[in-house]
Amino acid sequence: MDILYQIFVDPFVQMATAPDLLVQTLWEGLVAGVLYALIALGFVLIFKASGVFNFAQGIMVVFAALTLVGLHEQGVPAFVALAITIVVMFGLAFLVERLVLRPLVNQPDIILFMATFGLTYFLIGLGELVFGGDPKVMIADALFLPKGAIDIKMLGGFVSLQKIDVAAAVIASLMVLGLGLFFQKTRIGRALRAVADSHRAALSVGISLEQIWVIVWFAAGIVALATGIMWGARSDVSFALQIIALKALPVLILGGFTSIPGAIVGGVVIGIGEKLGEFYWGPLLGRGIESWLAYVIALVFLLFRPQGLFGERIIERV
Amino acid sequence: MRAPAASDAGIDAALLSVEDVSLSFGGVRALAGVSFEIRKGEIRAIIGPNGAGKTSMLNVINGFYHPQQGRITFKGRTRARMRPHEAARGGIARTFQNVALFRGMTALDNIMAGRSLKMHRGLFWQLVRFGPALAEEIAHRHKAEEIIDFLEIPHIRKIPVGRLPYGLQKRVELGRALAMEPDLLLLDEPMAGMNLEEKEDMSRYILDVNHQFGTTIALIEHDMGVVMDLSDRVVVLEYGRKIADGTPDEIRRDRGVIDAYLGVPH
Repeated sequence: MDILYQIFVDPFVQMATAPDLLVQTLWEGLVAGVLYALIALGFVLIFKASGVFNFAQGIMVVFAALTLVGLHEQGVPAFVALAITIVVMFGLAFLVERLVLRPLVNQPDIILFMATFGLTYFLIGLGELVFGGDPKVMIADALFLPKGAIDIKMLGGFVSLQKIDVAAAVIASLMVLGLGLFFQKTRIGRALRAVADSHRAALSVGISLEQIWVIVWFAAGIVALATGIMWGARSDVSFALQIIALKALPVLILGGFTSIPGAIVGGVVIGIGEKLGEFYWGPLLGRGIESWLAYVIALVFLLFRPQGLFGERIIERV
Repeated sequence: MRAPAASDAGIDAALLSVEDVSLSFGGVRALAGVSFEIRKGEIRAIIGPNGAGKTSMLNVINGFYHPQQGRITFKGRTRARMRPHEAARGGIARTFQNVALFRGMTALDNIMAGRSLKMHRGLFWQLVRFGPALAEEIAHRHKAEEIIDFLEIPHIRKIPVGRLPYGLQKRVELGRALAMEPDLLLLDEPMAGMNLEEKEDMSRYILDVNHQFGTTIALIEHDMGVVMDLSDRVVVLEYGRKIADGTPDEIRRDRGVIDAYLGVPH
């Protein structure tokens, strides 16, 4: 009985008696969730357009952040470095299309998936060669990202919001909104949805797959850069950062691999679920459940709703 | 039956000519030295038994396949390798044997997708939906609605095409191709799987497109009654080779064609 009380009653009593802590936990979950959503978005874009799960998305985050910081270390002003990094990400998209995707067109998905592994190791090697393997500090000040915290008095206590988190949430939301509008309302967006539906039909109405792929990989590169800046500012910029890409997996399973709203909702659900789980149920299991809870949630989803919340049901004919 | 278009003055210039085209996949020969031409304004049928290379021929014409040998001249320009979106830009539209629509989109969006090449306004204006981009969008929408009226499908314009019955999907696919205002329209078995009434409707649309818009049409079809009624000239393929080429009357009497379809007694 005692264990049942601890699982089903005690956490909710705590939530009710200390609502400020609950709000704090929800806020932290929301921030983490928005950042997860940003990573997941990078995957969704590429998966929609080419049916490829891009294993290199995590390293693209690191590569973009390293380029930005590395350029700044060489004395390039921060915003010039940002502009150059954006150009570099475009160059990467262009080269990936030319050297990886185009020669492999019409190959099975698994071949393209493996090619993104190759791309991952190539980028790790290139990054270490050019920028070295040491962790670097994100140039948050030079980019005018805010520091410190805002304390809000509410519900008989304090809720503390890190300013960098507020900025991350705002920027991530704006990017998600911007990409959503871009892909819903523009000709290129319509073309992307067309490509996602049928390559053959898209080609027949004059949509250039090559052009769409470059645009999509570039968009994923920009998303990677934003992710790199935000996560880099919260910890540091190192190759270890690429494992956060693995956090995108449960988000994608929850939200569906093909849905932009799914990535957002999935990210927020996973983020908040993790923090609530860690704070209220973590002590029961000796803490540290944050690192695996997301995968358990994803597993449950795989059992009952494999296409995710918003994904398209995939019917394969045998 | 219609009078052959060739007899009409001034339209017997070749819009597209295929010369000595060969295509193989590994050891399989899909097309072997095929030559024919499609004249401006005519309806040209491509017929032949299953596996004769008819669809491969269409895929070569719109750039899905690149033949190992041979030349294709379209509107006076000869291209060795043409990519599909270049073919579309040049004025070649097509439909597919097994319907290739954007299943998640509505019928209207599918038809609008056919106009994507004709939209030119910048990204920013498209995003804010204001000024010239809005005017452009309205103009294209107007054209799409004309096509919807022409194909008599106003009632389904907001329905995702994945939910439509097969016959209507084929009609939407034709609509998307028409939205491109093509010079050459390739139809791969436009009546496959249709009942008699649907076939009659589709035949009527094909003739109307040809007459009203002056669109040149190349079509693959198995229903011989339809082929003989619709087409001005017919080319017959068998095992990747051209075995006959002529008016429907000539084809009907051709010994080689009869053998190909009925088999030769051994």
